[in-house]
Amino acid sequence: MSDISLQETTYEAGMGDYFALLKPRVMSLVVFTALVGLLVAPFPVHPFIGFVSILCIAVGAGASGALNMWWDADIDARMKRTAGRPIPSGRVEPGEALAIGLGLSGFSIVLLALATNFLAAFLLAFTIFFYAVVYSMWLKRSTPQNIVIGGAAGAFPPMIGWAVATGAVSIESTLMFALIFMWTPPHFWALALFVKSDYGNAGVPMLTETHGRDTTRRHVLIYTLLLVPVSLGLGFTSIGGPVYLAVASVMNLWFLKGAYDIWRRDDAACEADKHKVEIAVFKVSLYYLFLHFGALLLEAILRQYGISGW
Amino acid sequence: MAIKVEHELHERRRGRNLGVGLLLIGFIAIIFGLTVVKVLQLGDTAEFERFDHVARPQIVPQEEADQ
Repeated sequence: MSDISLQETTYEAGMGDYFALLKPRVMSLVVFTALVGLLVAPFPVHPFIGFVSILCIAVGAGASGALNMWWDADIDARMKRTAGRPIPSGRVEPGEALAIGLGLSGFSIVLLALATNFLAAFLLAFTIFFYAVVYSMWLKRSTPQNIVIGGAAGAFPPMIGWAVATGAVSIESTLMFALIFMWTPPHFWALALFVKSDYGNAGVPMLTETHGRDTTRRHVLIYTLLLVPVSLGLGFTSIGGPVYLAVASVMNLWFLKGAYDIWRRDDAACEADKHKVEIAVFKVSLYYLFLHFGALLLEAILRQYGISGW
Repeated sequence: MAIKVEHELHERRRGRNLGVGLLLIGFIAIIFGLTVVKVLQLGDTAEFERFDHVARPQIVPQEEADQ
């Protein structure tokens, strides 16, 4: 015997594979909304503590993403969009994803509690629980309304940001939560109307497949109508102001018109123009949320100079 | 024949080792930074030093010490 060599039998995961478990694209929305929640609060936070808080919220969101991928590996393997994720493609072991998910959850919650307060840490823990257990394990496979209730998980970050600064839950943070919560269904269903999904093959009930596309179109309109009072109501709280109300009014009219256009259409019209309206409304929904939170941030900056606000 | 020290496996693991190393350095920086910020936010340390129930001549005001 004169030589030692190792045989390559399995793929070894790199840092990028582990990072992909944290769903970085979802994290970016979480970071933005949590940051706005933190910055619009009436009490200033030390920049470093603010940075650590946002990092904890992002890592907590990533951890819940890893737990979701661990639980849903069987579904992900059966759908084209998700078959390339780290677990179904064999790059990361399911046990590793579970360990990373649990480890990062504990890390982010404890660090947030130590850096800020227990309410913020509790809200982060509840968000992770809600996404991993209530949404992933329970609702996703059992009801076509999964996206409605599961959307709450994505709505918590601004409330956590607010709790970091104030140590409390208030009407302002509740309305920021409600804004994302009510926005999620029309945003997601507009997407579901034009993306050819294979949720049915994976056994996941989606409104477009369980109740048909007409029902989904009606739901988009109803939820958009319910979204309007939440969006405008936020404008009359202490974090709102004329600039926010102006932005919100324009965006609500735009989104409502899109939802109405979707509602009036049928499958033939969709096929004829290759889902042009649905794609446009989906894009509007992205601007809708971004500009709402952007306007809240702008109000906070203007208030500092005594210009806007009530 | 010599045992090969470098293997392709080591090359692939390098990225992972580097990543773990950077994460650990980041973690240390966060804990250090938080400690500094939290301690600075305590304000005048003499204020809470008075509550440790131990005689500290150095924090007794001069006029009291003269009496």
